[in-house]
Amino acid sequence: MLIEIVDEPIGADAIVSGMKAGGDGAVCVFDGIVRDNTRGRRTLYLDYEAYREMALKQMRGLAEEAVENFRVRDVALVHRLGRLLVGETSVLIVVASAHRGAAFDACRWLIDTLKKTVPIWKKETFADGVVWADGEPFPAEFAVGPPAVERRGAAE
Amino acid sequence: MRVRVLYFGVLREMAGIADEAAELADGATVGDLLGLLRARTSNTGMGNETEEDLIERLWRSLAVAVNREYGSASIVLREGDEVALLPPVSGGHRTSEKC
Repeated sequence: MLIEIVDEPIGADAIVSGMKAGGDGAVCVFDGIVRDNTRGRRTLYLDYEAYREMALKQMRGLAEEAVENFRVRDVALVHRLGRLLVGETSVLIVVASAHRGAAFDACRWLIDTLKKTVPIWKKETFADGVVWADGEPFPAEFAVGPPAVERRGAAE
Repeated sequence: MRVRVLYFGVLREMAGIADEAAELADGATVGDLLGLLRARTSNTGMGNETEEDLIERLWRSLAVAVNREYGSASIVLREGDEVALLPPVSGGHRTSEKC
């Protein structure tokens, strides 16, 4: 399994060809790229940051889970950090498998789950402003709930 | 005891720091630490109403990792623990639209 967080451009072609083996009947690739707008606002670039050690650990866990649950042969999961321009790859997922069904399913599950649980954030710089992207809500089991505010000085 | 608190994303920007040490009573939980940090931000008196709403929403939506594992408010902390405050994650390729 190839699990990486990188600061340079992702060489998708080399990764994809490196994943192919004789017993594979399918390689499913998800190439997540920076779009030129969000809800009509023109995007100039995105800045990605991560809780790096934890993100890597989470990504490794997801890849292992995918191999186990979907019975695919191998998974590559690569995420890039730093400033990315429109059209550049932020995340690359490659799933190699004997059969296409499992490859498609595992690939879809990996990107959907990565986006909910792997601690990576992005800040979007538009032509007319800057915002931290709204994240997807955490799965219920990760929620800590609103903290109790100490009464002293908090209430009027 | 002392724990190390890490901030990420919008929380890091709001806190103005990436990490700090926090002094807690022995036996304190993640919930106790969050209460302490929350009280501090609500007492700044800074920001207008919209910002206060945003901060409130953020506090309700965050997750916490203790030593790089997602954890709940009831976890009892120990000397030297690394506690990370995580806003909802937004890695990958797009924001809230479904493809």
